[in-house]
Amino acid sequence: MQKRLLLGNPQLGITLSRLCQQLIENHNNFENTVILGMQPRGTYLANRIHSRLEELTGQKIHLGLLDTTFFRDDFRRRDSPVKANETKIDFLVEGKQVILIDDVFYTGRSVRAALDAMTAFGRPDKVELLSLVVRKYSKHVPIFPDYVGKDVNTLDTQRVLVQWTEQEGVEEDSVWLTNKED
Amino acid sequence: MGELSTKHLLGIKDLTKEDIQLIFETADEFKDVINRPIKKVPSLRDITIANIFFENSTRTKLSFELAEKRLSADVINFSSSGSSVKKGETLLDTVNNILSMKVDMIVMRHSSPGAPHFLSKHISANIVNAGDGTHEHPTQALLDTFSIRERLGEVAGKKVVIVGDILHSRVALSNIFALQKLGAEVMVCGPNTLLPKYIGSLGVKVELDIRKALEWCDVANILRIQLERQHIKYFPSLREYSLYYGVDKKLLDSLDKEITIMHPGPINRGVELNSDVADSEQAIILDQVENGVAVRMAVLYLLASVSK
Repeated sequence: MQKRLLLGNPQLGITLSRLCQQLIENHNNFENTVILGMQPRGTYLANRIHSRLEELTGQKIHLGLLDTTFFRDDFRRRDSPVKANETKIDFLVEGKQVILIDDVFYTGRSVRAALDAMTAFGRPDKVELLSLVVRKYSKHVPIFPDYVGKDVNTLDTQRVLVQWTEQEGVEEDSVWLTNKED
Repeated sequence: MGELSTKHLLGIKDLTKEDIQLIFETADEFKDVINRPIKKVPSLRDITIANIFFENSTRTKLSFELAEKRLSADVINFSSSGSSVKKGETLLDTVNNILSMKVDMIVMRHSSPGAPHFLSKHISANIVNAGDGTHEHPTQALLDTFSIRERLGEVAGKKVVIVGDILHSRVALSNIFALQKLGAEVMVCGPNTLLPKYIGSLGVKVELDIRKALEWCDVANILRIQLERQHIKYFPSLREYSLYYGVDKKLLDSLDKEITIMHPGPINRGVELNSDVADSEQAIILDQVENGVAVRMAVLYLLASVSK
């Protein structure tokens, strides 16, 4: 299969705007809300949403990066180990509303690991999940995003590739469906 | 993806530069973990680790045990005193007995150089060498170089002198390998009798005068005189050694730059290092101990992930 474009530049911008408006609708002035981007790939999306929300609301909003590597349930069960990334959370999530952000929702296992990893920083009041792309009918755990950019039907042999201009060699934001071998 | 090139950590000699860098990058994240209010991660929850110590140890054993517990591994401890080793059991039998209890990893200290290498040829569990006689002490060298990187930004291009009992020191040999792999310049300094005959073949500089050595270096790693391994007299008296090779504040103040002082512990205060240096801002001895837990967590975590 050739790679297929799921979201191109103008549509991706519109989707991001819609997600931000939905967050504003639910979180009002973000006084008690913090954003956590999941390492490694969710952080690009989290940065985008964070800066757009600060622009739209005029508020300072806490942004942290959460790495779930040491909390994964597939340690020693994968063919190749995952490399750890930086966790950078300069605040406590105790009593906060947390918006957890990742680019692609697939089995839900990384989100489960993220919920575990987060407990080291306190007990949040509420945790919500935002995913740019949701791969339908593939979840392994009873977790589902509260905010969804786009639903897609995919096969296990495929993967969803989200590219941001912040990454080296990428000229345009886009979301692609490709084969895992490609 | 991050994977070590080896299944065991027997010595720094077997590691590649990339392995060491992967260990450092992973240790950075574990250092962050152990400074959080909740210092534990569940990574090794289905792994059992046996700490087998045939030789005395305080900080290495505590550091390994803490690292294992912070990773949620199950831990069993064995020390040769009061064990069946005293009844004549061989090393391989002892370890095989421990392994039949379904142990996944062995952390071993032994007084014979090469003991962990011997074991690695006969058993399938991962082995971490926690010091084998006068040969290697890889995790100490990793935490030492990690601490240099933390203090000075990087190891490459730095000048490091190792002072003292090089002949009996496994810390010295592992440090030489690690520092050279990371691109540092290494010098050893001590009385001639405590320098190995073939030290030149390791590609290190040799200096007999402590003042000249300290003037040359950015970092001085001061070693303990290992009286327990010295079966003949290598120098007339500890007092004389201290006069010629002891590092004190006066000596450091007389240098035209501020160097970093390290010591792998245990310190013999007043012999190789004076208290006015050991407790000063220039010394990173307690940072080394803290980093030891993070580095050992990284080693155990990375070795466990390649055992598949």
